[in-house]
Amino acid sequence: MYVAVKGGEKAIDNAHRWLAELRRGDQAVAELELDQIAEQLSLSVARVMAEGSLFDPRLAALAIKQARGDLIEAIFLVRAFRTTLPRFGGTSPVNTGAMICSRRISATFKDIPGGQILGPTFDYTHRLLDFDLAETGQVPAAEQGADDATAKPHVLGLIGREGLMQAEHATSNDDAIPDLTREPLTYPADRAVRLQALARGDEGFILGLGYSTQRGYARNHAFVGELRIGLVEVEMDIPELGFAITIGEIEITECETVNQFQGSKTEPAQFTRGYGLVFGQQERKSIAMALVDRALRWRELGEDYVGAPAQNEEFVLSHCDNIQATGFVEHIKLPHYVDFQSELELIRRIRGEAGIQADLENGHDMKGAAE
Amino acid sequence: MNQIMQTAETGPSTDSAKAAGGEAYNFAYLDEQTKRMIRRALLKALAIPGYQVPFASREMPMPYGWGTGGVQVTAACLLPDDCLKVIDQGADDTTNAVSIRRFFQRTAGVQTTEVTGEATLIQTRHRIPETELVAGQILVYQVPIPEPLRFLEPRETETRKMHALEEYGLMHVKLYEDISQHGHIATAYSYPVKVEGRYVMDPSPIPKFDNPKMHGSSAIQLFGAGREQRIYAIPPYTRVHSLDFDDYPFEPMRADQTCALCGAEDSYLDEVIMDDEGTRMFVCSDTDYCGGRLEAGHEGQQGDAT
Repeated sequence: MYVAVKGGEKAIDNAHRWLAELRRGDQAVAELELDQIAEQLSLSVARVMAEGSLFDPRLAALAIKQARGDLIEAIFLVRAFRTTLPRFGGTSPVNTGAMICSRRISATFKDIPGGQILGPTFDYTHRLLDFDLAETGQVPAAEQGADDATAKPHVLGLIGREGLMQAEHATSNDDAIPDLTREPLTYPADRAVRLQALARGDEGFILGLGYSTQRGYARNHAFVGELRIGLVEVEMDIPELGFAITIGEIEITECETVNQFQGSKTEPAQFTRGYGLVFGQQERKSIAMALVDRALRWRELGEDYVGAPAQNEEFVLSHCDNIQATGFVEHIKLPHYVDFQSELELIRRIRGEAGIQADLENGHDMKGAAE
Repeated sequence: MNQIMQTAETGPSTDSAKAAGGEAYNFAYLDEQTKRMIRRALLKALAIPGYQVPFASREMPMPYGWGTGGVQVTAACLLPDDCLKVIDQGADDTTNAVSIRRFFQRTAGVQTTEVTGEATLIQTRHRIPETELVAGQILVYQVPIPEPLRFLEPRETETRKMHALEEYGLMHVKLYEDISQHGHIATAYSYPVKVEGRYVMDPSPIPKFDNPKMHGSSAIQLFGAGREQRIYAIPPYTRVHSLDFDDYPFEPMRADQTCALCGAEDSYLDEVIMDDEGTRMFVCSDTDYCGGRLEAGHEGQQGDAT
């Protein structure tokens, strides 16, 4: 006896309750607080803010907690919240030259004006599990130097002074900068749109693409001219005031690569630049982003298109968003039985005409089903 | 709208986020500016039947692939006195249909129904109801890939050109190759159509059995693809022709069975596997249609169903 499946509503309710229980885990274990996540999982928080395109460490921490630590799910929560916020306007361009750096390194010079600052990096840690961390304990305070809030010049600016660095063209009208989250993506996309897409693009995807350029798929010979992490002020013009005021301070990572460029008949040889800018401390993402940005610039620089994935703007931009990707990849678990049924009918018909006896239809008659 | 503005004024924090939760969202979730943007795209789509209009799709609180395009179109069309029906695979009780229906119950508070004839707006995934739609009804389709040429040409820059130049030769070659290889056009769902003699359009992944229902329909048919940021439409009484050849005319297809519950011979059927032996039975995919026939006293082979 067949009765049509019912109970979707009840199943959903029960699934949500079970999920909530599993999220909390063993009730005997203390519950995570948002401050703990924001303070102790700050790099997860940075990633969620960057790919969620919303700078708010506390909301990102909440999202991570709610998502059981699944960062793409957390990014999704943040995005879905962000989309309900009204857009007031654009800020003035952030002056990264005035950044208060916690870390600043250049791979192209031994020393640089303002100094190399190693900062809080994993780079030279030995990746040995620290079993002391398994127990809670006090961490000895790091030694503090004198406050250094002096602006540090961009390394690429120093090279540029000699004319060796291709100059970037400032956008004349700030309002002309499109907003990827408010306008549909169309091709060809200009660099501002590409950089927006890369900045919120999936870290793993951008990393893989950046890596592919190094292995010869549109190799662009990059040096890290400068990588800096620190706090910058965000300023916005307030029409009622008639001038810009600081509305907040955010931590960002900026990477500028110096890339080889052959020059052309009309232009002498110059270095070119790849650019990466991400919320929070995200060196891996910012370096990879700079590599991909540089690879995508082949057209404007008159380079050959070698068919590499990282050069293909449409390929990169339409696949770098992990919320879009995870949605579409995972949606194939939703019911598709109507379409599958139509394929079944078609394939049976084609096989039937080809004289192949369909086992299913021969083996079982419909009468049996009704009984 | 006002409540959302307040949220922004106090700045994003967990407190204000909490305040914006649940009932504090605008009617049908989207803010009025976004709805206006979508309505403009819808009007353009209705003015150019079958043409894919880019729109600034928003991130919705459900994943891409779950019907974010359809949900945005529905949100932009809903009015407080609308009566909403949501189906997935033809059924009102599939989990995603339940979820979307609940979303609008919660955010718009509109009346909902499972009866096709009662609904003023029907959001669907993969089916067109068996009951003929009438003037005044809106059918909103959820669309995964709006571009009918996508699997022949992956580049959007190229496919837009092909549509602009009405260059559909590639599609006809594909259909021809199907026939030469299989003896049939090997497309069973998402079967391409030509709308009002101009644009080739993907009807969304409905089985080709449903294709004829689009032709000359009295209802407004709207298609929303959220992830791909496209909206398109078929206005009422529009010619919708499923692509074919003179000697290989289009042929809608269904299982050659009757519904075991209601005995319908004209409806699209789901095939249900009954036991480990692989015994099959067939039942209507449109649960409202099947239920209506049962109420009217029709019976299938399993007529003694309790």
